[in-house]
Amino acid sequence: MIDPSPTLPRKPEVRFGQQLSRGGHWRRSALFSGPAVIWLALLLLVPLLIVTGISFLTRGEYGGIEWHFTFDSYKRLAGFGDLGFDALYPVILLRSLALGGATAALSLLAAAPLAFYIARVSDTMKNVALTLVVIPFWTNLLIRTYAWQIILSPESWVTQAVHGLGIGVAGEPLYPGTLAVLIGMVCDFLPFMVLPLYASVEKIDWSLAEAAADLGANRVQVFRHALLPQIIPGLVAGVILVFLPATGQFVIPDLLGGAKTAMLGNVIQQQFASSRDWPFGSAISFVALVLVMAGLWIYLRRGA
Amino acid sequence: MPVQSESLTSQTTPPIETAIEARGLVRQFGTVKALDNVSVTIRKGEFFSLLGPSGCGKTTLLRIIAGLDMPDAGTLIISGTDAEEIPAHKRPVNTVFQSYALFPHMSVWENVAFGLRMKKVPAAQITERVERSMALVQISELKARRPGQLSGGQKQRVALARALVNEPAVLLLDEPLGALDLKLRKQLQVELHHLQRRLGITFIYVTHDQEEALVMSDRIAVMNAGKIEQLDNAEEIYERPNTRFVAQFLGSCNLIEGAVTSVNGKNFSIRSTLGSLRVVLPPATPDTAIARARLKIDGKVTVAIRPEKIRLAKKDELAFENCFAAKIDDLVYSGAETQYRLRAGEHILSSVALNAKAGDTHFAIGKNVLCYLPESSLVLLDD
Repeated sequence: MIDPSPTLPRKPEVRFGQQLSRGGHWRRSALFSGPAVIWLALLLLVPLLIVTGISFLTRGEYGGIEWHFTFDSYKRLAGFGDLGFDALYPVILLRSLALGGATAALSLLAAAPLAFYIARVSDTMKNVALTLVVIPFWTNLLIRTYAWQIILSPESWVTQAVHGLGIGVAGEPLYPGTLAVLIGMVCDFLPFMVLPLYASVEKIDWSLAEAAADLGANRVQVFRHALLPQIIPGLVAGVILVFLPATGQFVIPDLLGGAKTAMLGNVIQQQFASSRDWPFGSAISFVALVLVMAGLWIYLRRGA
Repeated sequence: MPVQSESLTSQTTPPIETAIEARGLVRQFGTVKALDNVSVTIRKGEFFSLLGPSGCGKTTLLRIIAGLDMPDAGTLIISGTDAEEIPAHKRPVNTVFQSYALFPHMSVWENVAFGLRMKKVPAAQITERVERSMALVQISELKARRPGQLSGGQKQRVALARALVNEPAVLLLDEPLGALDLKLRKQLQVELHHLQRRLGITFIYVTHDQEEALVMSDRIAVMNAGKIEQLDNAEEIYERPNTRFVAQFLGSCNLIEGAVTSVNGKNFSIRSTLGSLRVVLPPATPDTAIARARLKIDGKVTVAIRPEKIRLAKKDELAFENCFAAKIDDLVYSGAETQYRLRAGEHILSSVALNAKAGDTHFAIGKNVLCYLPESSLVLLDD
């Protein structure tokens, strides 16, 4: 037996208590979204197009560019340089993506329990906890990273305690090293994971968890079928917010990794600064952008 | 209990066995006692209603039976087993939630199949049972829809199918019709009632709607402030309320206070502001023990009478005991019946008369009438 639900006639559009004509609607839209659109077009879209254009040009003898169309920069990036095949750049690219992925994964592992915890405490405690989460933003990234250098230095008591417990790679200091980079990265990006996740967890309809348990789901199944689907939006937002900047991050790997291993960010920065090879720098930027966008597209399509 | 229509129809009179037994359940939230020493036995196959105002503890009792909440003290026995050790997901009970709690990311079919999937029932059997369960509540054509695309009544049916597909020993319903409009509610009341008869599953139905409880239930437990005030079938609860709370929560009731003047084997008399009234003795059951203990000469008692039990006559038309004069203060004509507000001295009484004949002469406002309170319709309360 289906209850009839009558379709209501479409209401005329009313905004701010005013019924707008088509033109009025347009003007108002332009007024509100115009500044942001102009800003993004001038300072993001146009530079991006310039960078893309430069990537197909030739490097000038003393830096700068020459108006000569070529795919050389892309060939070099793929490993086919003047001196035969060299996997240097593909490896750097993969390494950066791996670092971004690892940072996102570790942040997620740390943030998920925290988000659930914050969502369950009293309102006052929620404000305190959220403030604590964003407190690191009050300090400059460089200062925080230098602080990790000191905390993880071989003489520090943290390092001694860690070694005393027998954790870590034997013979390798905590700093500089991969572990130090990951610690620094996760600390830097954690808030970007916690905040969107928390926003999702806060809105969870817990009656669905009760319904699942009532229907025979154990704890793991309750989480998998009743809670996880509800926090997917926050999870996706958090992963995107962490993975994207973490892939391009070069300050932390440089300072905590001991500048031994190049990352995407370092290489790009080098091309525009010391190497003065703008087309190659542009090509790396463009490829990185395309890869990340493609990855995101697949991710979002699967989520939908 | 297999849900097969042939075997179901023969189960109209299930043997009386215990489905749920609660002994001395206590549940306290802060300083509020949601359940205050509740003991109740629910028979197998009965439609049992927990009726009471919000905050009376009825939902808490239901959640404890479902395993979604734990009692602070007391014992709960489900189908002969102590339920304390059984977590919610292993109890042979299923719940229809007030908010329906349908999984929004799953289709109707997947929602209904959820419980069977969790129990790892073979796929072919899942398909068969889900189809049958959806057919039972007439939602087969909705199987591909998401809960967001359903109306309130349809969601309610999905929630019902999702619980029934598991063939629970006991089905718990937490105000399942509360969010629906009146017409749909009435229709679903009848359907739920028939469904329960057909399936023979024990239904425990939580509601604050007294009419809903009266229409559907085999037995009703009226709850107030964490306690069961009265437990009986619909007719007894309505006709013979034990307490002031039950009398006033179910329908409306006129209360008359007085002092006992005489008691004999069949009835007793009281002296009230309306004059002398004769009242039949309540049957000697444990439920009426407190009330009967009050029947001493000069003891203060309260008796109740339903508005429709009061008979009105033109003055001097009849005059014997339990009669007194009153004046019509106000009347509301509502087609099938007319409601009167009567004033007798300080006393205000309400009365309802069925308009049985066309052109029935009504008593007009300001007229003097004679009221008759039949002695068998007066009920002694225990406070």
